[in-house]
Amino acid sequence: MAGGIKKFVVGTFDDEKVLFPAVKNVRKAGYKIHDVYTPFPVHGLDHAMGIRETSLHTAGFIYAITGTTTALTFMSWVFTKDWPLNIGGKPHFALPAWIPITFELTVLFSAVGMVLTFCYLCNLAPFVKKHHFHQRATDDLFVMVIECTDKTNDAEVQSFLQTAGAHEINVQHAETGWWIGRYHKEQKLYKEEKGY
Amino acid sequence: MDHQFQLPGSYKKWTYGLIGAGVIALLYGFIMFHPFEHAGHGTNVNSTRFWAVLLQNSVFFLLVVNAAMFFICVTTMAMGGWVIAFRRVSEAISSVVPILGVLTFVILMAIVFGGRSDIYHWLDKEAVAKDHILSGKSGFLNAKFYAIWSFLTIFLWWFLGKKMRDLSLKSDKDGPMDYETGKKWIWNNTVWASLYTVVFTLTVASTIPWLWLMSIDAHWYSTMYSWYTFASTFVSGVSLIALFVIYLKNRDQLPYVTEEHLHDLGKFMFAFSIFWTYLWFSQYMLIWYSNQPEETKYFIERIGTAEKAGPYKGLFFFNLIVNFLCPLLILMKKGTKRNWTMVTVMAVLIIFGHWIDLYQMVMPGTVHEHFALMPFEFGVACLFIGLIMWGTGNYLSRHSLLAKNHPFLKESMIHHT
Repeated sequence: MAGGIKKFVVGTFDDEKVLFPAVKNVRKAGYKIHDVYTPFPVHGLDHAMGIRETSLHTAGFIYAITGTTTALTFMSWVFTKDWPLNIGGKPHFALPAWIPITFELTVLFSAVGMVLTFCYLCNLAPFVKKHHFHQRATDDLFVMVIECTDKTNDAEVQSFLQTAGAHEINVQHAETGWWIGRYHKEQKLYKEEKGY
Repeated sequence: MDHQFQLPGSYKKWTYGLIGAGVIALLYGFIMFHPFEHAGHGTNVNSTRFWAVLLQNSVFFLLVVNAAMFFICVTTMAMGGWVIAFRRVSEAISSVVPILGVLTFVILMAIVFGGRSDIYHWLDKEAVAKDHILSGKSGFLNAKFYAIWSFLTIFLWWFLGKKMRDLSLKSDKDGPMDYETGKKWIWNNTVWASLYTVVFTLTVASTIPWLWLMSIDAHWYSTMYSWYTFASTFVSGVSLIALFVIYLKNRDQLPYVTEEHLHDLGKFMFAFSIFWTYLWFSQYMLIWYSNQPEETKYFIERIGTAEKAGPYKGLFFFNLIVNFLCPLLILMKKGTKRNWTMVTVMAVLIIFGHWIDLYQMVMPGTVHEHFALMPFEFGVACLFIGLIMWGTGNYLSRHSLLAKNHPFLKESMIHHT
């Protein structure tokens, strides 16, 4: 789903020690950080960026109790109403025997549900593409992306990033959302960028 | 900050108050329950009750304080650095092992050599001779083996635990370590921790619960039983560590303990509550499913049958609610595990719940339907809690609260979950 084309100022960092104060200063100066792309999970970066805590675990809990209820209601309906069987002389409502299955369904629902939710939140799916601000974000660079509004003076942002310790700084017009297809066909503005 | 802790007056007051209450309960038991008379056949059930309550409390609290040393040893072997900020607290709790160990040993010997066949049916020689199941087990269930193995166990818990504590205390005197000394010191710790863990496996995780608790129901057996007892006492042990950590934190001690450490302790409490439930359920379900009379006997004595509810039915399910449902639903949330008040409440609840758990493991086979949760039972528990507070307080006030030369200290200070 295309989110529209926006202007971004992109700065790259090669050290966490420089990145953290830079994130802090950029936020203090009032610029809006679109995202920081890192090659690996950086502890505490989410806090520094002021990103709110994920609700993924709440979703997981809801999926889990859905699984629990599904298992219990289905089994109790089957074994007491729909098709009661005498199994080893046990009561039809044989709760202990159902617990393992209930447990499995609880885990299954929450696991599959959370994976799908995670993919949805991160826009991850086959053939879905997103704009790469810098290829080396997947290798050895931390890439900070600042979103520009109509009022943002991008030259000012660039010099700000320079003093914050960024190495490569450039301005990119990029798609904010995701699309399905190939990079070179869909992303017309890609070639205009410096350094590629 | 010199990390030296002065025991406040209120702590001492509570310690001596609890011990005093316990001694009064014990004296009351001595006078009223005629503990040295044989129980006969249901005529003098109070005499059985006296020994059963002592057995339950001594075994439970000894295993709980011993779990603190197990906690140190497993984290040492796993190179866990995060515990160092409060390691002295677990050491302090484990230093109670010799005190409760001696007391427990005396109680166990009084039961075994006092011929209390109302507690351990296998002590009755005539019954064993006529009973092919008990005579088959008599190589294991006999007074001599019981005494030797109990002595060896308690001695090894104390000895290996003391080695671990001495290594830690020695590091305070020896000053900061360089890389090579630190490496050697960690290796020494790992060796003693491994030895302790091997002994722990051969005792707490297998033979000791068979001997001390499972042999009450001498005909019955369960392969889950020792792990079940281990899970019960380990989760209580971690809760006890959390309680002392929070108490000291409230007294402006332990400057490097943060919410992150509390969060991880909370995770341990949560995880081992679930582990306990897993064992509880596995034991219950297999017996329920196969429905063999010699196996279901254990549960019939507790919850009864479909026709007639057993005397322990309420306690049995209360146990499951307190030790499973409450930790599951309350400790699941990250916010609760990082909340000092909530962890305190849950720790107290878990320790109480598992005390009840041990209660319903000991009582049905000894006092049968004549069980009582009266001031006597709680009074004896007070005695043991007071002794734990006394021993732990002594250790805490005598030594630095921070293992300041531990090579992993920095790892603990910057711990982040």
